[in-house]
Amino acid sequence: MKKTLIFLALLLWLNPLQAETAQERGLQIATAADQRHSGFADVTADLKMVLRDSKGNQAERELGSQRLEVQGDGDKVMLTFKAPADIRNTALLSHTHSLRADDQWLFLPSLKRVKRISSKNKSGPFVGSEFAFEDLSSQEVDKYRYKFLRNEPCGGMVCHVIERYPEYEHSGYTRQVVWVEREQLLVLRTDYYDRKNSLLKTLSVKGYQQYLGKHWRPAEMHMHNHQTKKSTTLYWSNYEFGTGLVDRDFVKDKLSRGR
Amino acid sequence: MIAQYWSKSAIIRGMCRLILKLLSSLVFIIALCFGGFSHANAELSGDLILEARYFPETALFASQEELYTSVSAELEFVTSLLGNKDLTLSFTPFVRYDEHDDERSHADVRELLISYASGDWEWRVGVGKVFWGVTESQHLVDIINQTDFVEDIDTEDKLGQPMVNITWLQDWGTLNFFVLPYFRERTFPGVNGRLRTPLVVDTDNPQFRTATTVGFGPAQFESDIESGHVDGAIRLSGTVANFWDYGLYYFNGTAREPELIPQSSVNGPVLIPRYNQIQQVGLDVQATLDSWLLKLEAIARSGDPEDYQALVAGFEYTFFDLGQGFDVGVLLEYHHDTRGQTNNAIFQNDLFAGIRLGLNDEQSTELLAGGYLDFDNDSAFFRLEASRRIGAHFKASIQAQLFDISDVADPQFFIQQDDYVEFSLGYFF
Repeated sequence: MKKTLIFLALLLWLNPLQAETAQERGLQIATAADQRHSGFADVTADLKMVLRDSKGNQAERELGSQRLEVQGDGDKVMLTFKAPADIRNTALLSHTHSLRADDQWLFLPSLKRVKRISSKNKSGPFVGSEFAFEDLSSQEVDKYRYKFLRNEPCGGMVCHVIERYPEYEHSGYTRQVVWVEREQLLVLRTDYYDRKNSLLKTLSVKGYQQYLGKHWRPAEMHMHNHQTKKSTTLYWSNYEFGTGLVDRDFVKDKLSRGR
Repeated sequence: MIAQYWSKSAIIRGMCRLILKLLSSLVFIIALCFGGFSHANAELSGDLILEARYFPETALFASQEELYTSVSAELEFVTSLLGNKDLTLSFTPFVRYDEHDDERSHADVRELLISYASGDWEWRVGVGKVFWGVTESQHLVDIINQTDFVEDIDTEDKLGQPMVNITWLQDWGTLNFFVLPYFRERTFPGVNGRLRTPLVVDTDNPQFRTATTVGFGPAQFESDIESGHVDGAIRLSGTVANFWDYGLYYFNGTAREPELIPQSSVNGPVLIPRYNQIQQVGLDVQATLDSWLLKLEAIARSGDPEDYQALVAGFEYTFFDLGQGFDVGVLLEYHHDTRGQTNNAIFQNDLFAGIRLGLNDEQSTELLAGGYLDFDNDSAFFRLEASRRIGAHFKASIQAQLFDISDVADPQFFIQQDDYVEFSLGYFF
């Protein structure tokens, strides 16, 4: 009886601690990854998207991307389309936020019109692809709650496997399971679970390279939709850091100058 | 009279062909320059669009046709200058050939602009295009560019405007200064065109020129120096409290919409455009609150023929991601104009209700449809626009417009027979 009581007391004492540990550890890894990968200030890159449907038909998009790091908030991102030709020079400016809708402006070149658009829905398909805007925006720590699941081998390395739960109320996901490689804390894979908590998509990230001796960036991001069997691959190239972009390059009046 | 129009149309067709040839040689030369210098920062793009407009109802006037086919081409050439990426030159010529309507066959320099950006300042000098406004069913505050009215009655097609534009970017907002040294006259359909007034608006008959006339055409101006009047505008725009985007401007210069004055000519009675001098204050505001876009455009104008105020206000609400990324938006916009039901006030007491579909698919399939209801005389318009990409370089579009106007006093009564459906296929490169 006495032993049972001690055991129960231990259990009560340990259990919450263990649960807390898993969450703390998840948060700890996310925070460490965020610290490791911040401080790039600004980055530009070219992006090619290849969209494939279940029958294997392909469509392509080409974009230029400019990103400005914002401390204490989501990054500012300017995307300018280069192909397909009918939407050439269409540009999208986003001031991303962790916990509320992003601020987004769309530039329509034929009318020279800048339109502020609703971005409540970050989980819809971005230009017909399997990526949602939510999947492309910066990974701020406060965007999710975390839970450490386990360590496991992944492609010759060891990965932390962490579950995270979006804090944004209109997120398209109930949870995501992320494989973070242990050495450089780079995301190699993410499983996305939809609002019904069934597996929706898997993101695989490949070809990480280090730039300027500190910033790791991937060459390829492949998103497979398990429910529609469609997929999209993003090919990143021409990364340039420290190009001198400033806050004022990311205001709506700059959209028409999209480059 | 017919012979005269025919010969005139033959000349214009010839000119259009010549312009097309010139443009194609220009493309060739530019392409050569590319090959020769392989300039890393130069880009050439453009489109070629085939269009067919079918008017199923009997025309009001014998000179009008049922089916209008037409072809348009636009090129855009952009290059940085002196190896400086902040100094750019852009050139966008446009040309259209219309099978029947000589006035719709026309060419224009949409843009020929040198832009320079340095810190908080941007300069633009040349011919350019500027759009202001937030609403969908009317573009009330938009004033810098003249409407290329023969292109479409939705006033979204514009003629290139000569300008010096200086932009000053600040944390509290953006100030834009415009000096507009030359005025462009509005285009109007010719005698063979549809969607026209019973009397043709004469924009090129030299008969009305007098000893004191400065310009080339018959148009009248309040200003002594006619289209040489230097117009100006200043606009403050920005975003406040994250959710509110606004623009507020003052414009002083030549009204973009002419009064139309009946005159007799050797070709019979015609309408002559008269452009007055105006001062106008304009405000546009949009609040973006989750799925709601609340919109307002308002102007106050003084000048001949009368001072007036007008507004359009409403909302767009979007239902997001209704399966497969499908978005549906509903739009409601109310129009008011203090002039009431007179010649120029079409949207004096009207309601627009519309729906927008976005499939968010690989082909960017989109549809916008809506109806305008005039509360004063029960006339109604219905408009539909839809488009879908085909492959990487083609886009197919459909547009339809229906007019239900029973009141002869309605300023748009004359287009009651001009319901149409338009198919177009564009090649983009």
